[in-house]
Amino acid sequence: MQIIKPDTNIDFVSKRKLAVIVSALLILIGIASLVVKGGPNYGIDFAGGTLVQVLFVEETDAGTIKDVLSGLDLGSMSVQRFGDNANEFLIRVENSSGELKGLSAEIGAALSAKYGADQVDIRRVEMVGPQVGKDLRSKGIKAIFYAMLGLLVYISWRFEFRFAVGAIIALVHDVTITLGVFSLFGKEIDLPIIAAFLAIIGYSLNDTIIVYDRIRENLAKYNKESFAFIVNRSINDTLSRTLLTSGTTLLVVLALFVLGGGVIHNFAFAMLVGVLIGTYSSIFVASPILIFWEQRKAGKLAAQSQ
Amino acid sequence: MSKSMKIRGGLVLICLVLALFSLAPTLTSNLPAWWTDTVDPIHRGLDLQGGMHLVLAVDVDKAVESRVDTLIDQTEALLREKDTVYKRIERRQGDRLVVIVYDDQAGTEVDALMVESFPSLEQETFTVEGGFIEKHFRLSDTEIENTRDYAVRQALETMRNRVDQFGVSEPTLQRQSGNRILIQLPGVDDPDRAINLLGKTARLEFKMVAEEANLQDAVAGRLEPGTRLLYEKNVNRSTGAVTETPIVVYDKTALTGDLLADANVRIDTRFNEPYVAIDFNSVGAKRFDQITAANVGKRMAIVLDDTVYSAPVIRERIAGGSAQISGAFTSQEATDLAIVLRAGSLPAPVSIMENRTVGPSLGQDSIDKGIKSIIVGGILVIAAMVIYYQLSGLVAVIALVLNLFFISALLALLGATLTLPGLAGIVLTVGMAVDANVLIFERIREELRLGKAPKIALDVGYSKAFLTIIDANLTTLLAALVLFQFGTGPVKGFAVTLSIGIVASLFTAIFVSRVIFNFFLESRTIKRLSI
Repeated sequence: MQIIKPDTNIDFVSKRKLAVIVSALLILIGIASLVVKGGPNYGIDFAGGTLVQVLFVEETDAGTIKDVLSGLDLGSMSVQRFGDNANEFLIRVENSSGELKGLSAEIGAALSAKYGADQVDIRRVEMVGPQVGKDLRSKGIKAIFYAMLGLLVYISWRFEFRFAVGAIIALVHDVTITLGVFSLFGKEIDLPIIAAFLAIIGYSLNDTIIVYDRIRENLAKYNKESFAFIVNRSINDTLSRTLLTSGTTLLVVLALFVLGGGVIHNFAFAMLVGVLIGTYSSIFVASPILIFWEQRKAGKLAAQSQ
Repeated sequence: MSKSMKIRGGLVLICLVLALFSLAPTLTSNLPAWWTDTVDPIHRGLDLQGGMHLVLAVDVDKAVESRVDTLIDQTEALLREKDTVYKRIERRQGDRLVVIVYDDQAGTEVDALMVESFPSLEQETFTVEGGFIEKHFRLSDTEIENTRDYAVRQALETMRNRVDQFGVSEPTLQRQSGNRILIQLPGVDDPDRAINLLGKTARLEFKMVAEEANLQDAVAGRLEPGTRLLYEKNVNRSTGAVTETPIVVYDKTALTGDLLADANVRIDTRFNEPYVAIDFNSVGAKRFDQITAANVGKRMAIVLDDTVYSAPVIRERIAGGSAQISGAFTSQEATDLAIVLRAGSLPAPVSIMENRTVGPSLGQDSIDKGIKSIIVGGILVIAAMVIYYQLSGLVAVIALVLNLFFISALLALLGATLTLPGLAGIVLTVGMAVDANVLIFERIREELRLGKAPKIALDVGYSKAFLTIIDANLTTLLAALVLFQFGTGPVKGFAVTLSIGIVASLFTAIFVSRVIFNFFLESRTIKRLSI
């Protein structure tokens, strides 16, 4: 079976100006959402706080739970349904406590007092102090920074510097848009999401490298054609592979998204967005950048020779 | 069959047998001991098996303070011994010992004594205030550093003792950077109890009660120098209500829990209530003997972490070095108290920086869902590959299944920990692993379109795709390794399976799939490749 006919030659490259507009728009929407909401919506891993996942035997609702807990000094609080069970809730509060009898114990005690001890199953507790949150945040940013630096060096070594710059711009593009989408949907940035971001970086890079590899090969093969033609040819040559691999990856990420359960849900969501954006960017962002680079260089040369 | 084919086929078989060998303990427990001793089953992370992940911070400044307090006690004793007249000794700013004297002569005596007894102290300032002379002595920076470091090591040691007595299988206790201690307790079913056991300072002190003190003044904050206000906790036996009674004690500690030899739970027959019986070691027993002899008729407060448990009147001199702590405990509270007293007190209080606790039911839920996603995702990918590449797709599928098999085997072999994000990493690898085969197959199709014979197209396809695959996978591996370095709990688990997955998929997609092709194609001439 074939989706892409062998002689396919879609003119991607000529649409690069349109791609710039689309990308800029996506990034702007994301940044606007981030600005309006006052920065990324950090989960407790990065903001600090306490999180309790509770399974109730009896039916109850978020409002009742909030009322029960309103007497405690918890700071701002959110209660939402979670996972596949109808009576499972995620309670997230702003405060954390370093005391041995922590806030989670107080929350558990308050719920048990209201609903009865055998009606309340505390399935997960996470408490992150503000200091740890800060540490994790700086570690996360460092990780993404060092990953990009390492990739810049590796690609410069294996290809050329301009390829490395193109790849990194595509990565920043992908992560920024994913971050924006997260902000738009009001989803929290947690440790697993940083892992997802790095996986997106790895995945999108994988895609980009494969197109670049073909450009490198075609540069030797079609030495009479223009650079733009070669780039376009290479994107078309690898198009079938790009779509198939993105397709299979999307299939499993979708499986995770639907079946993976509450904790994995946001991770899969990030991957879903990232794989789509990553595929788009390796066709419409990473490769056209090489052409912009080439044109600028040609422009400079022309200016010099005058 | 050609010789190179035999070698390569043999290599794949050896890998298979090795993988089976390392996976067997995960799949079944009915194996001979030498087998399970060589390879462990795959370690499941706390998020999958349930358990507790704690990061505790030792309040090292408190350790420095108590070091200064000890010095103050020693200095007081020395000054009395030498009959030096002084007004007061106190601790200031945490790390400073101040002796206040009336005149220059006493000041010189203090200087001489301190230089002789504690040469490491830095004499910092020398001020005259309201006719008195203040002599300041400060711990050196190295000594402060050592005290802090020792406090963390001591705390870690004590916690290890407590965990051992608590009975958790395969606990992890590690010192992290600075004053932090990481503790992982798999399968703990009562997290609150575990936290209490680990984090309780358990500083046991015996202090004499200041009977002449005025309680109203004390509660209002007016305390005589050298005394302090504590509260005695009382539990009403019939209603269970807790009341707190103020009680004023002398600052000076008569005896501490450091001198304990043993602590055990006993049952008080009068109220059928548990209490903790403690036995002092020989030094402690002697001192207890002296103190009780000197204070007959007075009350002695038994203080645990600044709460008075009881303050009985000393009716007679107590020789033999036994005492009891009672205070309306439940039997579990008494057991835990005995454990912490036996294991020793923490050198300084600890606070919880991070706590992640997963109940066992949630862990099993996560495993079930993770495996379900792997199976469903896998079937979808298999279907896509077979539809798209037909028989060749089947080869890729075999490579994929072997890939999953090898990843699990490597996890077991390396003793890596499988976490929930780790499971996600495996699912992701399934998606990405076929990429290498897709690249190869697309190349082969291209070569076939150029009119090459199937076998030649196969050769050229593999060799042309090889470099591309290496470049693409190494960059992803690079990202995974950075992730591993950054590694905090869940993220590390993801990085581990992703890295292992990349290595395993390189092997299966490039090498194993080639062997399968060769195996089928070697002895026949084919006109058409099913691709």
